[in-house]
Amino acid sequence: MRFSGLKVLTEGLTGNKGWGPHWRSPEPKSEYDIVLIGGGGHGLATAHYLAKVHGLTNVAVLEKGYLGGGNVGRNTTIVRANYMLPGNSEFYSHSLKLWEGLEEDLNYNVMHSQRGIINLVHSDGQRDAFVRRANSMCGQGDDGAILDRAGVEKLLPFLDFDQTRFPIYGGLYHRRGGTARHDAVAWGFARSASDRGVDLIQQCEVTGIDVVNGVVKGVQTTKGPIRAKKVGMIAAGRSSQVAAMAGLRLPIESHVLQAFVTEGLKPCLDHVVTFGMGHFYISQSDKGGLVFGGDLDMYASYAARGNLPLVEHVAEAAMTLMPVIGKAKMLRSWGGVMDMSPDGSFIIDKTEIEGLFVNTGWCYGGFKATPASGHTFAHLLATGNPHPTTVRHRLDRFRTGRGLMDEEATGSQHNLH
Amino acid sequence: MRLHCPICGERDRREFYYQGAAVMLERPGPDAGAAAWDDYLHLRDNTAGDLDELWSHDAGCGAWLRVTRNVSTHEIKTVVLAREIKR
Repeated sequence: MRFSGLKVLTEGLTGNKGWGPHWRSPEPKSEYDIVLIGGGGHGLATAHYLAKVHGLTNVAVLEKGYLGGGNVGRNTTIVRANYMLPGNSEFYSHSLKLWEGLEEDLNYNVMHSQRGIINLVHSDGQRDAFVRRANSMCGQGDDGAILDRAGVEKLLPFLDFDQTRFPIYGGLYHRRGGTARHDAVAWGFARSASDRGVDLIQQCEVTGIDVVNGVVKGVQTTKGPIRAKKVGMIAAGRSSQVAAMAGLRLPIESHVLQAFVTEGLKPCLDHVVTFGMGHFYISQSDKGGLVFGGDLDMYASYAARGNLPLVEHVAEAAMTLMPVIGKAKMLRSWGGVMDMSPDGSFIIDKTEIEGLFVNTGWCYGGFKATPASGHTFAHLLATGNPHPTTVRHRLDRFRTGRGLMDEEATGSQHNLH
Repeated sequence: MRLHCPICGERDRREFYYQGAAVMLERPGPDAGAAAWDDYLHLRDNTAGDLDELWSHDAGCGAWLRVTRNVSTHEIKTVVLAREIKR
């Protein structure tokens, strides 16, 4: 399926009857070189890079529901590289660079919009911390600038700068940050992987992982057994259940994170704005809805919906930051299931079972990582060695205590991130 | 979601602090070894069904509770004072 201006015009004039599917829907073969469990953004990205970078196309992506039906369809679409700690810093820098070339790479409009992200500052201490972070971002080769109050006022005149609780003193401005169209990212990766020969198999739930003498041999599925030389587990939101099929326990607790969107409004918010002190962030989609979210519901949950106290908390933060939002009607809310790791950073690694690889622990930041997660996981699957940007993201770092990446400096403990 | 505190009765979720899976009631001994401590501190079953967890009634009596809750439906199965389990 290809798009062109002429095709859009002729289809528009002839009832839009000539559009075909984006990807093939094959029946599974009995054996593949690599089977990926999970057809979300990261799984589809892995398939794309396996095929494109490593020339590996005897690959299947198994998805129990439909492609892109998990967290890649349930997020707030923010793309950024404003991390500070070694490990995360170079990884997200790598990811942002992949984003910047993604539409050409996929020949697909993912509506990547580098509209800039502004993290608001409310105290001298917070400004100092953001100056340090901005320096780290620049040192990594990315961008970060400090705005004073007048600088923020010029860009975001409707914020309540003089609120008594958290007056706004300025902000950290990350110009290359922004948003992308989340579904299109999944679709673009899927089309590319399918066109290159990867089998994308939907409605195919993995029910068992076959391990013989510590070596993975394949998977059992609702569409029959499939042998595989290598298996990649990449099922955010169900990571622990998938790993349990291989007898593994992961350092993961799953929580729900809510997000909200208002009715469509005329363009009013040009950037992504984060109000960390209120646990609140917001942007405006290209369709016009204000998309915003807050904190975790703060207890373990697999329900892809949230609780009302958090709705109230987020609405209060929204009104505190930008009272103008009170005139907009909230259209809907949703929840995504977050695989929380003890140190708040992700895991891309081998497991103790030969041929079985794991990609998990994205906490509430998996969307911006989509290209690099796929790129580096594909590298690990293809070569057996971690990509240089994920050498620190080991599965055993919690046991050994070496290489923890505790971005929020709260401690490597489950309920603190 | 509301939790039934054995001391205070049924209360709003906002009165409680969430600690996580009730593994904290099974603390290994100091000489149990690295694997046992890794298991205790980091590794979790992370079930999508009934989970034993620890909640503290922070804005009420302050008691620690062991709550058995279905983490997919949020149905509360049982609430027991942690001190009655771990004396």
